[in-house]
Amino acid sequence: MPTRSILFFLTAELSDKEKKMSNTINSNCEDCPVHNLGNLTKLGINMSQFDFVVALAGNPNTGKSTVFNALTGLRQHTGNWPGKTVTRAEGGFEFGNKRFKIVDLPGTYSLLSNSTDEEVARDFILFGQPDVTVIVVDATRLERNLNLVLQVLEITDRAVLCLNLMDEAKRNGIAIDDRQLAKQLGIPVVPTSARQDDGIPELLKYIYEVATGSYVCRPYRLEKTSPLLEKAISQLTNKIKNEFPELPNARWIALRLLEGDQKIIDSLKNGELKNLSRNNTIVSMPKQELVTA
Amino acid sequence: MTNKESILSTANALRWEIGENIHDSLVESIYKEAQSITSNVVKTPAEKARFNFDVTLDRILTSRWLGFPLMFLMLAVVFWLTVEGANVPSAMIAAVLVDTVHPWLREIFAALNSPWWLTGIMVDGVWLAMAWVVSVMLPPMAIFFPLFTLLEDFGYLPRVAFNMDALFKKAGAHGKQALSLTMGFGCNAAGVVATRIIDSPRERLIAIITNNFSLCNGRWPTQILIASVFFGALVPAHLAGIVTAGAVVGVAVLGIAFTLIVSWGLSKTILKGEASAFSLELPPYRPPRILQTLYTSLIDRTLIVLWRAIVFAAPAGAVIWLVSNIHIGDLSIAEQFINWSNPFGILLGLNGVILLAYIIAIPANEIVIPTVLMLTVLSAKLSGVGDGAGVMFELDETNAVANVLQAGGWTFLTGLNLMLFSLLHNPCSTTIYTIYKETKSVKWTTIASILPVVMGIVICFFVAQLYRLIIQ
Repeated sequence: MPTRSILFFLTAELSDKEKKMSNTINSNCEDCPVHNLGNLTKLGINMSQFDFVVALAGNPNTGKSTVFNALTGLRQHTGNWPGKTVTRAEGGFEFGNKRFKIVDLPGTYSLLSNSTDEEVARDFILFGQPDVTVIVVDATRLERNLNLVLQVLEITDRAVLCLNLMDEAKRNGIAIDDRQLAKQLGIPVVPTSARQDDGIPELLKYIYEVATGSYVCRPYRLEKTSPLLEKAISQLTNKIKNEFPELPNARWIALRLLEGDQKIIDSLKNGELKNLSRNNTIVSMPKQELVTA
Repeated sequence: MTNKESILSTANALRWEIGENIHDSLVESIYKEAQSITSNVVKTPAEKARFNFDVTLDRILTSRWLGFPLMFLMLAVVFWLTVEGANVPSAMIAAVLVDTVHPWLREIFAALNSPWWLTGIMVDGVWLAMAWVVSVMLPPMAIFFPLFTLLEDFGYLPRVAFNMDALFKKAGAHGKQALSLTMGFGCNAAGVVATRIIDSPRERLIAIITNNFSLCNGRWPTQILIASVFFGALVPAHLAGIVTAGAVVGVAVLGIAFTLIVSWGLSKTILKGEASAFSLELPPYRPPRILQTLYTSLIDRTLIVLWRAIVFAAPAGAVIWLVSNIHIGDLSIAEQFINWSNPFGILLGLNGVILLAYIIAIPANEIVIPTVLMLTVLSAKLSGVGDGAGVMFELDETNAVANVLQAGGWTFLTGLNLMLFSLLHNPCSTTIYTIYKETKSVKWTTIASILPVVMGIVICFFVAQLYRLIIQ
């Protein structure tokens, strides 16, 4: 049984015509993975044994490592101090006959500045294009945590909100209308207390549904930006879309270019940005279709 | 003009057109919208709770006056529990592995007609080294690690960082260094990895170079044993545990002081610069999960560290046996070296035995004490202790250790300086390798390895001179 990484080398040799054929199949495929295998490999993620890749993002000290352990069944040491996860932890789990690779990103408050942590998290979500990004938030500090959530939702449209530390929120008398929150954000919201494994089965279910495409997210996008900025964004977004029609997050790229983000400018110049386009993801197609192609 | 360039020039033109600060206005709208969403979905209790546990506890634990005393008190309690709790199980494990299994293994080797040197290397060298490491390390680790992990799980470490931030800032180092320092108490290699939380390369290097001043788990047993022999013996038996724990905390605090002094020195000389600002969130206190903590600290830490110690102890045991049994002229290699280095050792308030032990123990700090005792027995030609040349023996009673060391010419000064030298010497091989992996620099790895041992030699020398001047 050839693994996918072997198929990757085979498909790299396909002619342009064949590529087009593959694309057609890819776009017809309902529950295909969307992650960018080429870039994931560059980021050091080996996907040969997995169907989907899940990124775990969130503010520091919201219990990401605990959620990671709960999802993977691993018992990695966790600690009650921000910045515990200094190495990018990876693990895997199986759910509904699909194999998921899960990557625990460093905790960050935002994705807008240029500290190492934030770049690691942002680059992974932007270039790795995980099939699902699980955003772990502290239910007792929702407002501040939402800052990061809104930024992640600008980059990806496949996300699940893990409303963690619900036990602490309850203890503090904080009530959260999670259905209303899900409606507003346009993504599944799962209340959890990962330390007690509460809510983890529901989290797994939603990760599966978003990854396979049976749950279609309609993520909240920033709307209260100034009219002038909004106009500039849409003008630039159109231009980018013309050049890279398959780019999944042109609006966010436009915003970063307007802000003068050097890293994004460079990736536009050196063609890395082009790799983000969906038409370069044929490598991640399921085996059966490849055989017919 | 290519399309790429046209996109970029459009972006530049638009940026001027908008005029306002895009970053600020974007951040502002993110905050605004986060607030409006939150106000729709979150209901907070109308009245604030009468008593806020976290805030009250933080007022105490991070208070100007009580912060540090409470920190030292907590450390002292952890060590006291470790010292008191580890004695009995250590003796029990030694009784099984050394008193029972060791003679039994000898009989088996004899029954198989094994040559004397093979029996010597395998049974008296390798087996005894491993047995000793297990019996002396397992009980303190099995107590110390879970206690430390409970404190970590509870959320105390960031408070330590908060308390120490001002000190580190004065030393020109990063406040988060307090976190890598506390991780170093478990294992310096882990502490070096933990410095990744520090963004600035300058401050990270300072944290890496000074992490060795955090007494690691491999050195705690040395500290505890020597402290109970030389400090605990100074006072009546019922106070011995407290005095021993106090002496160990004293050395640990001295290590923190060296961390600060060396950080200051580095940031004034080869690593010049200002301390950078950072934000560190104080997480809420969380009730520690006792069972899970026991499980993870036993599996993740105790067994892994113990396994490492065993892996290093086995070949070291063979080396000890060989240097004690291969003779050049009338004396064994070990005795030759001890006699040759003894004058220098005495000058430092140590002796040749300790110097040789630290050379043999470069792979792992854990095997210093067994090596010291074995070599002492050998060089002092003690009879009736141990089983002969190169045989490490059990230490079920600290009295026995005291007897051996006194017969070997040890004084209070030797004990004190061994504790200092154990704090101030080169990192173990694993840590040196980790430093190289993290810095990718031979220069910084060399500095981090040589600096502590130079400091150790200098400080032991001065302590010895002072001690001899005042006491003798």
